[in-house]
Amino acid sequence: MDLDLLVKQFQNKDEKAFESLYKMYSESMHGVIFNIVRDDAIAEEVMQDVFIKAWHKADNYDAKKGRFFTWLLNISRNAAIDKTRSKSFKKKKQNLNADFFVDIIETHESLDRSTDAIGIAKFVKKLAEKCKAVIELLYFKGFTQQEAAEALEMPIGTIKTRNRNCIKDLREMVLK
Amino acid sequence: MDVNAYIDSGILELYVAGALSEKENEAVYALIQEHPEILQEVLAIESAVLKLTAAASPAEAKSVWEKVKSEIHEAPKETESPKVITLKKAKYNWVTYTGWAASIVLAAGLLWTLNQNRTLKTDIKTAETQQSELELQIEKSRNNLEETQTLLSVLRDAEIKQVPLEGQGDFTNTYAKVYWDKDQQRVFIDAQGLPDPPRGKVYQVWSLKLSPLTPTSLGTIAQFDQDANKIFELPNPNDSEAFGITLEPAGGSETPTMEQLYTLGVVKAS
Repeated sequence: MDLDLLVKQFQNKDEKAFESLYKMYSESMHGVIFNIVRDDAIAEEVMQDVFIKAWHKADNYDAKKGRFFTWLLNISRNAAIDKTRSKSFKKKKQNLNADFFVDIIETHESLDRSTDAIGIAKFVKKLAEKCKAVIELLYFKGFTQQEAAEALEMPIGTIKTRNRNCIKDLREMVLK
Repeated sequence: MDVNAYIDSGILELYVAGALSEKENEAVYALIQEHPEILQEVLAIESAVLKLTAAASPAEAKSVWEKVKSEIHEAPKETESPKVITLKKAKYNWVTYTGWAASIVLAAGLLWTLNQNRTLKTDIKTAETQQSELELQIEKSRNNLEETQTLLSVLRDAEIKQVPLEGQGDFTNTYAKVYWDKDQQRVFIDAQGLPDPPRGKVYQVWSLKLSPLTPTSLGTIAQFDQDANKIFELPNPNDSEAFGITLEPAGGSETPTMEQLYTLGVVKAS
């Protein structure tokens, strides 16, 4: 099914279209949210809020301003980060694990889920440390190019080309 | 544009990450519309990132969709609460509108009062002007009355000599009368029976001695046509025996133009 059409139907409050989009993106959003909050129950709660919010704010999405996936990604990252700043969260989790997404993937025991997951686990193991950091900040944490450059003490141009090469490797691993 | 170089720059990876500015996003979107190969690249990046992020999900969260579904189904209930808000808003609006309405009425009232004030001031000025005009008229009337009283006193005075002047020659249908106040050495000419002088001409009054015939000018009658009662006062220190009125060029003449002798009358010996 054409993604653009699906998104339009979703914006017209088509529940079937919304369910299709949920199936396409929920696991990904769950991964991003979990990586930030590091708690199953909280991750589910945040994800639920994210999709309800997406439904009510569907009109806000504008294809000119980015991909639908990216739009959802932004909502998820922001909701998860907001959660980590809430009082109830701080009480529960005194110290957040400083590890990257790679630790989650590597420690997965359920590698039987899909061949993709196996491929990614292999990919992650081989991934250079600098690749891990760049992917973590840009995709899982929602840093801008500038913010990532400052955090990793790298020129902006380097962020751009390194990230390109990292994603290239990822694509070879999972898409072929 | 070199599409491959653009793709190799790494901007599309940042586009999918949401790491670009709004302006940059719009520029990428525009290029995607033009170049299908850019769209293909974006889709490949997105697909890879989707799988990577999904891999970070510890387990499938099946119950979440059911919760989301029931939540968005409850949406109609939620739409009822905005009605309450609308009601509150209406109240708020009522107060606001009343406030505005009151201030508009007040402003209109103020303007009306100001305008009224201005109109009244104008009225006062008009009244003042009318009053001063009336005062002038009263004064004029008083002057007229004085003149008339003077004339009356002159006419009633036994000492005043009345000398009727009869029309002469071509002007037999004209007449005039001279009231001679010998004591005050003045004459009043009643010129009611004379026509208005033509343009550039004036009537000139003469005192005459009869033997030998010697005319002495008493002066010209200025502004003849503007005088309502046609009575003119002229000084006369002479021992007159007769009076005559001639038509002369403007400014008067040294000697009377006999062809233009309108009226003539002899003083009766008393």
